[in-house]
Order: sequence, then structure tokens, then C-alpha cells
Amino acid sequence: MSVEVLLFIIFNGLLYGMFLFMLSSGLTLIFGMMGILNFAHASFFMIGAYLGYQISLYSSFWIAILLAPLLVGYIGAMVEKYGLRNVHKYGHIAELLFTFGLFYIIEEIVQMIWGKTPVAYKVPELLNFPLIQVSGMAYPAYSMFRLVLSVLIFIAIYRILAKTKTGLIIKASLTNPDMVAALGHNVPRVFSNVFGFGCGLAGLAGVMAGNVIGTEPSMALLLGPIVFVVVVTGGLGSIKGALVASIIIGLMQTAAVSLEFNLNNIFQYLGYNIDINSTLNYFTNITISQLSPIVPYLLLIIILIARPRGLFGKRDV
Amino acid sequence: MLKVKNLHSYYGKSHILQGIDLSINEGEIVSLLGRNGVGRSTFIKSIMGMVKSEGSVLLNNKEILGRPIHEIANLGIAYVSENRDIFPDLTVKENLELGKKENKYGIKWNLEELFDLFPNLKKRIDVPGGVLSGGEQQMLTICRSLMGCPKLIMIDEPTEGLSPQMVNNVEMLLKKISSKGVSILLVEQKLTIAFNLSNRLYVMGHGKVVYEGLPKQVKENKEIIKEWLEVS
Repeated sequence: MSVEVLLFIIFNGLLYGMFLFMLSSGLTLIFGMMGILNFAHASFFMIGAYLGYQISLYSSFWIAILLAPLLVGYIGAMVEKYGLRNVHKYGHIAELLFTFGLFYIIEEIVQMIWGKTPVAYKVPELLNFPLIQVSGMAYPAYSMFRLVLSVLIFIAIYRILAKTKTGLIIKASLTNPDMVAALGHNVPRVFSNVFGFGCGLAGLAGVMAGNVIGTEPSMALLLGPIVFVVVVTGGLGSIKGALVASIIIGLMQTAAVSLEFNLNNIFQYLGYNIDINSTLNYFTNITISQLSPIVPYLLLIIILIARPRGLFGKRDV
Repeated sequence: MLKVKNLHSYYGKSHILQGIDLSINEGEIVSLLGRNGVGRSTFIKSIMGMVKSEGSVLLNNKEILGRPIHEIANLGIAYVSENRDIFPDLTVKENLELGKKENKYGIKWNLEELFDLFPNLKKRIDVPGGVLSGGEQQMLTICRSLMGCPKLIMIDEPTEGLSPQMVNNVEMLLKKISSKGVSILLVEQKLTIAFNLSNRLYVMGHGKVVYEGLPKQVKENKEIIKEWLEVS
């Protein structure tokens, strides 16, 4: 493997991993604290991308990156307060179905407002240039900005959880919300705030990534499932777990995409040649890069079988 | 300060408390006695707003039944559950920090005076609550609830499963709490402790109060002890 490929894997793996972290960190708190399997979490990411685009049109990307996550967070908190809280008494299945319905409602609303085709959401001019050139490969300034901002967000969340009373209340509510309430803390309000904060983080990820991966109505569907892989792999309620899992998945998937290696290569190395017209060749000819989309889900299945509480979780899924 | 009138509580369709009347005066220790399953813990949880209930619970003549748990706690009522319910991943210090509230109604407690009573907690201030012994966890939950400066503290089976030394410590702490003017509602299985500490006693059976009196009266009433309290 050349240095260029290794650098490509590390940089893009970290970038993709930190993007997954931004997308999933809110859900790990929501899932861990409230037990809500928010199927619509990635929809808030999509709303963030569209609001980022819309606000950028009227003002600038920099206003959008501040305003859109706040709006998404507020929408999220209202969904929790007026929707999920009422459904909560019917159990987690009802909550799941609620968020399932919400997912499709958001998708339809987005299509009604912005149409079915991608919108022209662009990278801000200020950061639209290659920042570093290594071995002929250019690393865009905007990607570096995303990476640095994601790291700062991780540090901020980690410090809030570790050093503030709000963090203590959130951590305690993960294990025993009734006792937290009996100590005088307004747990439903904490739940709303955490839900809104989680959605806001997903919205921020949308503003930051929508202009790179494309802002279109199917983006929530494409990214929805992988969020759960991060949450389960990292462990319910663990921000550190979400970070490590995101980076592992980011690096694994980027590495897999870069590897044009298949079983035929091994057979050739051992002195056997598989007939290209044989049925066996259909399988031995599959490259690791072709398998890359299933890598995270393979990890999910292995984690669920071997360690259901994830890497840093305190309780089983 | 606390007046409970005709309290009925339910778990789903099960009718657990069937019309309880009880009162606690300022600075009083009142014990709730009875065999397991008669509804003593449910009674405390109902006052805390944790169980669906009907009737009336007045705190200083203000109706609190039906209010959310945190509002009831913020009115000056503390609850120490039977399961201790410490937060196992948080340190002793963090557990205590969570109990802290503005001193709106009750008696202010100084952390150092609690540590004087339980030096072990001070020594283990940075240790996660989950690794403390059962007795230390009990101390921690009581101290945590005192950090909120309550007027009334409701304690469910504080001596269960503790060593005789720890039982003495709990008894000493309850006396100290009471001496500062905090009212205590105590659910206790050990009759000697209840008799020693309490100003008044209520005996429960089948979800109702079957007897109310002074410790001396209950102690001398062999019939009540035999029918409602003794475990054969």
C-alpha cells in the first residue's frame, strides 16, 4: 500500500468518521437516556442540510451554520414535547412507529418544498480551495474545517457531560430517571432538551455535509441505518463510544473502498487460477471495495452477537 | 405539616392502598409498620407522585397530589428508596452534587458535618457509588437527600441488609436529622428501631391503616403485634 493511499484512508476515514460522530452523538444520548429508537434522527440531519441551503441563499453559509442547527434543535424539542412524550406511555414500539411515521412525513414535506431533485447547496467560497497538497493529492480547506469543527464539538459535549451539573443529570437519568426527578430535577424538560440538542447536532452535521454529499430528499434514508450501527457499536449513551465507533467505521469503510483486492488474488498467489467463466468466479472476483457498503452492518451484527453493550456501553442494547 | 386523607393507589388494575389517613407534624418521626406487601413502600411512592393515586396529600395545607415528582421534591420532601438507588457510575461527590438544591424551605446541611458522622464517605469521595458497600450506599443516599435541605424525609427500610454496626450508624443519623427539626416518615421492619426512634406509629395491613398510636401503646398491644407485625 502506497503512502498516498494510506494518507487517503486516514484523512478521509477520519473525516467520514467525525461526520458520523456528529450525526450519531445526539442519537446515542437520546437512545441511551430515553430508550427511544428515533428512526427519524437522520431526517433532522436532512432538515439541517435544507435549512442550511435555504438560509445560505438569503444570507450566508456562516449565518446558516449558526441558525439552522438551532432551528432543527427547536423542532426536535417540540417533537419530543408535543409528540413523543404523549406516545411514551404506550411503550417503545409505539415510539418507534411514531418516529417511523415522522420520517416519511418529513421526507414528503421536504419534497413538497424543495422538490425531488438535489438543490444547489454549495461549499462557502471562503473555504473552497485546496489547503494542503500531499503526494499530488489535494485536501480541501472545507474538509479541514469540518474535521476541526467536529473535534471541537466532541470536546464541548464531553466537557458538558463530564464537568457540569447538566451533564451529571443527563448521566444519572441514563440509569434512573425517577430517582433524578425525586432529587428535584425536571427530567421531562431534560429529555426535551437532550432530544432537541441531539437533533440540533444532526442538523449541524446536515449544514456541514449537505454541500459535499448532496442535499436531496433521499439523504435521510441513505444515512439513517448507519447511525444505529454507530450507536450500538459505541454503546448506549456513551459519547466516547460514539466517537470511537464512528472513527472505526469511517476508517474501515474508507479502507475497504480503497482496496481492489479479491479472493482471485489469493488463489493466484497460491498458484491456482480460477476460470473466469466459472460460477465460482462470481464470488472470488468480488473485491473488498465492492463489499465496503456492508462493512458497517457486518460490524453491527458481530457486536450484537459478541458484545451487545457495545464498546463503551454500560448496559445491553 | 403533612396530612394524607383517604389515599387510594393503583398499579394498573390492582387497588393497593385503600383509603389511608395519616399525618406528620413538624420535627416528628413517624414510623409505618407492617408486613411485606401491605403497601408501605407504595404509600411513600404515592406521596412522591410515583404511583397513580387518588385522595388528598396536603403539605402545609397545599395540595401536592397529582403534581410531578420533581415539583414535590422541590417543595421540601426527600425520598430514600428501599433499593438505595445511588447512581453507580457517578462518584460519591457527584451523587451528593446531584442532591444539592437551593435552601428554599428546609434545614441547611453542611457536608462536613455529614462527613463527621460518616468519615468513610469522605475517604471515598472520588470512588464510584457502585463500588461502595451496602451500608455506605445507604449512608450516601440519606446524605444525598439531605443535600436538598428537606423539611420531610421519607425513608424506606434503611436498615435492611446492614451489619449491626451500620444499623447503629443509621439510627444515629436519623436521630441527628430529627434533632435539627426535619420530620421523618420511616418505613421499618425492625420493630425495636421503630419503637426507639418514633414519636408515633402507624400499623398497616391489607392496604389500610389498622392501628395508630404511640410506640409504648403498640409495644404493649400483643394482639396488634401478633396479628399485623409478627413474622412466623
